[in-house]
Amino acid sequence: MLRAALPLLGLPLAGAGAAEEPTQEPGSWGEPPPGLTLFRWQWHEVEAPYLVALWILVASLAKIVFHLSRKVTSLVPESCLLILLGLVLGGIVLAVAKKAEYQLEPGTFFLFLLPPIVLDSGYFMPSRLFFDNLGAILTYAVVGTLWNAFTTGAALWGLQQAGLVAPRVQAGLLDFLLFGSLISAVDPVAVLAVFEEVHVNETLFIIVFGESLLNDAVTVVLYKVCNSFVEMGSANVQVTDYLKGVASLFVVSLGGAAVGLVFAFLLALTTRFTKRVRIIEPLLVFLLAYAAYLTAEMASLSAILAVTMCGLGCKKYVEANISHKSRTAVKYTMKTLASCAETVIFMLLGISAVDSSKWAWDSGLVLGTLFFILFFRALGVVLQTWMLNQFRLVPLDKIDQVVMSYGGLRGAVAFALVILLDRTKVPAKDYFVATTIVVVFFTVIVQGLTIKPLVKWLKVKRSEHHKPTLNQELHEHTFDHILAAVEDVVGHHGYHYWRDRWEQFDKKYLSQLLMRRSAYRIRDQIWDVYYRLNIRDAISFVDQGGHVLSSTGLTLPSMPSRNSVAETSVTNLLRESGSGACLDLQVIDTVRSGRDREDAVMHHLLCGGLYKPRRRYKASCSRHFISEDAQERQDKEIFQQNMKRRLESFKSTKHNICFTKNKPRTRKASRKKKDGVANAEATNGKPPRDLGFQDTAAVILTVESEEEEESDSSETEKEDDEGIIFVARATSEVLQEGKFSGSLEICPSPRIIPPSPTCAEKELPWKSGQGDLAVYVSSETTKIVPVDMQTGWNQSISSLESLASPPCTQAPTLTRLPPHPLGTEEPQAPLDLSSDPRPSFAFPPSLAKAGRSRSESSADISQQQELQPLMGHKNHTHLSPGTANSHWCIQFNRGGRL
Amino acid sequence: MRSRNTALSLPDPSPFLLSHPPFHWLGFRRHRSLSTVMGSQASTLLEEIKKETGFSHGQIIRLYSRFTSLDKGDNGTLSWEDFQRIPELAIDPPGDRIINAFFPEGEDQVNFRGCMKTLAHFRPIEDNEKSKDVNGPEPLDSRSNKLHFAFQLYDLDEDDKISRDEMLQVLCMMVGVSISDEQLGSIADRTMQEADQDGDSAISFTEFVKVLEKVDVEQKMSIRFLH
Repeated sequence: MLRAALPLLGLPLAGAGAAEEPTQEPGSWGEPPPGLTLFRWQWHEVEAPYLVALWILVASLAKIVFHLSRKVTSLVPESCLLILLGLVLGGIVLAVAKKAEYQLEPGTFFLFLLPPIVLDSGYFMPSRLFFDNLGAILTYAVVGTLWNAFTTGAALWGLQQAGLVAPRVQAGLLDFLLFGSLISAVDPVAVLAVFEEVHVNETLFIIVFGESLLNDAVTVVLYKVCNSFVEMGSANVQVTDYLKGVASLFVVSLGGAAVGLVFAFLLALTTRFTKRVRIIEPLLVFLLAYAAYLTAEMASLSAILAVTMCGLGCKKYVEANISHKSRTAVKYTMKTLASCAETVIFMLLGISAVDSSKWAWDSGLVLGTLFFILFFRALGVVLQTWMLNQFRLVPLDKIDQVVMSYGGLRGAVAFALVILLDRTKVPAKDYFVATTIVVVFFTVIVQGLTIKPLVKWLKVKRSEHHKPTLNQELHEHTFDHILAAVEDVVGHHGYHYWRDRWEQFDKKYLSQLLMRRSAYRIRDQIWDVYYRLNIRDAISFVDQGGHVLSSTGLTLPSMPSRNSVAETSVTNLLRESGSGACLDLQVIDTVRSGRDREDAVMHHLLCGGLYKPRRRYKASCSRHFISEDAQERQDKEIFQQNMKRRLESFKSTKHNICFTKNKPRTRKASRKKKDGVANAEATNGKPPRDLGFQDTAAVILTVESEEEEESDSSETEKEDDEGIIFVARATSEVLQEGKFSGSLEICPSPRIIPPSPTCAEKELPWKSGQGDLAVYVSSETTKIVPVDMQTGWNQSISSLESLASPPCTQAPTLTRLPPHPLGTEEPQAPLDLSSDPRPSFAFPPSLAKAGRSRSESSADISQQQELQPLMGHKNHTHLSPGTANSHWCIQFNRGGRL
Repeated sequence: MRSRNTALSLPDPSPFLLSHPPFHWLGFRRHRSLSTVMGSQASTLLEEIKKETGFSHGQIIRLYSRFTSLDKGDNGTLSWEDFQRIPELAIDPPGDRIINAFFPEGEDQVNFRGCMKTLAHFRPIEDNEKSKDVNGPEPLDSRSNKLHFAFQLYDLDEDDKISRDEMLQVLCMMVGVSISDEQLGSIADRTMQEADQDGDSAISFTEFVKVLEKVDVEQKMSIRFLH
């Protein structure tokens, strides 16, 4: 196949006349001179791949050139420009080589160029929309295509009988039906290329586009059946052959879809186990989808349908299973491949048209065909729409019908099919080729050019692109449930009923089977939207003010004084800029004081600033899994050491609540090797950071931490679990409370403390004790929440107990204890403290979740509830080191993802 | 209800039935049972329902058949248990609330007319209706009525506001067990934040409408009633 493909791609740089000679006579330049030479020219050895690469390069460059002028591309669809470019290139080739060489070969087209486009469209097909309109799509695809094929074929035959087609076109009714079948199918490539730029409303788009994808099965069957009939000769066709033809329609379409679904299943299942080999995830997607295509092709089933179904079916599970990076990789690779293929197809179409040796012109046939395909398309659309509107909730109005009729573009599929005809069996092939080329060019260029103004003129409802909000997602979910319920009440098992059934089935069995457990746990559309919104906010924050921090934030982590400065400046900056967006959902919970807001904002800014550097760092490591792991291990180690040291210090200073920072540090070294037991805790940890600044950074990523959890790594999950254990234990110990409270009393005044505990304080895992308190208070009012949380805590606690080692239990207490800033070490203590609360305040939900889910705080909460009012400000200061650690680690992991 | 049973065996088409030409066998039976139950007022009641809800004759007849088949107590009203007997509805997460929405305030029974009123919320909006009663009362299937129906499902305490707790409860129902309570809480917070414009930590109906202004509620809150 490759060999076959090469000549096609042969002449990309046709403009350079010199380049052509070698292509056509490979070897003439490539002959190596005898003996040892310093320089050898081996063109023929690289010719094939080289030409392919150049070919694609030219196409890409052409694209760039087209898009240099916004005005041109806004008026003229890219596909038109590419076809014209192809015409020009073809003309040059023809002029130079005296024969047209590089054309669209059906083999290349069907095996290499078409699959990426179809996969792309299937994979990114909005499935909900697709199934919402499945009835209409199927009708147009099956009935419409059959209608078009037969009416066009029959009408052309009638035209010939009427003497309007020149007698040299030797074709019978079967030939015309064959021609009708290949010319009748709306082409997905052309439709996609044109409609993507037109932006009609999504219903209209999905109907036209879905039709173009699904009619492939019909086209293939019709084409094959007619072709075999023609080859058999009309006299030899038996009744059973017609029946077989009808049966093959079902075999081909259902078989193709089945092949696609089987491969989708395999693909989803495979990606479930790629946890440790992330790198091949994108590859798997492409390989299996391509395998589906080839398998269907091999079995003479509808390959387009197979790939479409494969992409449609696997997406949900694959996206849940593969990592965030892989998702991006899949997306971009798919888009790139599809766009390349599309570009090359249109260029080759243009070039192919130049080859006059293949055509034979007959005006009657060409004009007749043009008229009939337009006329019957419109007629068919009107008839079918009328029928469909009897059943549709939202009827398709006249304007929709006009666009649908006019959007029936023909494209490369028809061309490839007509080239495949056997001239000995179909004497009129040359005429058909010419007609097909004209039809394709007419629909793509003329209709493609005019459809945009038409849509504007008719005031077709355009698609509105708006980002989904959480409310919309939630409420639409509710709507679905309501409708399903109402259908139940009415007793009419309609669409909503079956969708509801399917979703339950999917939830119960399919998702369980095909999704990673970690992914399944969290996979939910509402959550998904929430997560994406958070990411978006975070990114926008980085874009807004992150740069300010990026320089200061990174360099300063160890210097408290500087941090504080940076923070204040940031706050000011934020105030000025007025960016009030707050990532932290928890903020709502508490009274929103201006202070809190500010804190949150600043926190986010800080996060943004810090985040970048981490990411970079991570990225550099990420290619090598081993190094990544090593890094994590290192972090853990450090964390463990830290914890150990803290524990020790805690023990010694139980009664003295305020520590100096120095103490823990000095002890670090000695503890390093005693970590064995402490591993569980360590997993949580990051290198301990005392600075409030870092705390903030950690916060941003917490959201992602969940993501990671769900999506991928067992390691992260483990970490979380362990971390949970550690925390839980701490909370469970009653003793600590008393000490804690004492600590609060001891070190209250010196710092600048926000008057009341901020949300963040409450939410931060390490401060969870207090945070939980807050939750509890609210729970009294809510009733529902507290129960759930309780159970969750209990579970986590139990798990913790099973896992946790004795030392762990103490760790939590330690984390709280170190109220280092008391003044011994840090002159700037007030500043730091102020900084601390802010980050904590902004604490994102994920963090909160992590903290709570791990049940770290469950025990604490109960104990500390009474204390809460007192603890507010002080606690967070104490906790800050711990928080910093946890955040830090989270961020570290997540960095790569974002 | 006795009359309904007897009606089935009595081929006694009422004037209303005759006036409704396209009755097939099922329609005929349902129709007759309705008219018999309602006695002589059948046609007037039917007309009223028609006017009130916008359902067609055929739809009302069909729905009445469904109504009687749900009405196991044969008392002309549906009770909570009657609804609960619908298997799919019983397992639907917000099923209870939706059932509740059928009952008029303070009652635990709903008659056919009330049932139809509720169902009318889900009629698709037809073009000819949009222009028709500009002056008359807002049809039940108007956008804002559809939205109000959904709003009621959230607003448990009927204070015309969705509080955070109410939002959280809905989220619990919709999302299921896969998401932790903390996440749910934060999602609820975010949702509230997104919609709450006047800062009262609750979503009023106006805010609710505003949030959904870009959503094609007319389509997404409609089902097709068979004729």
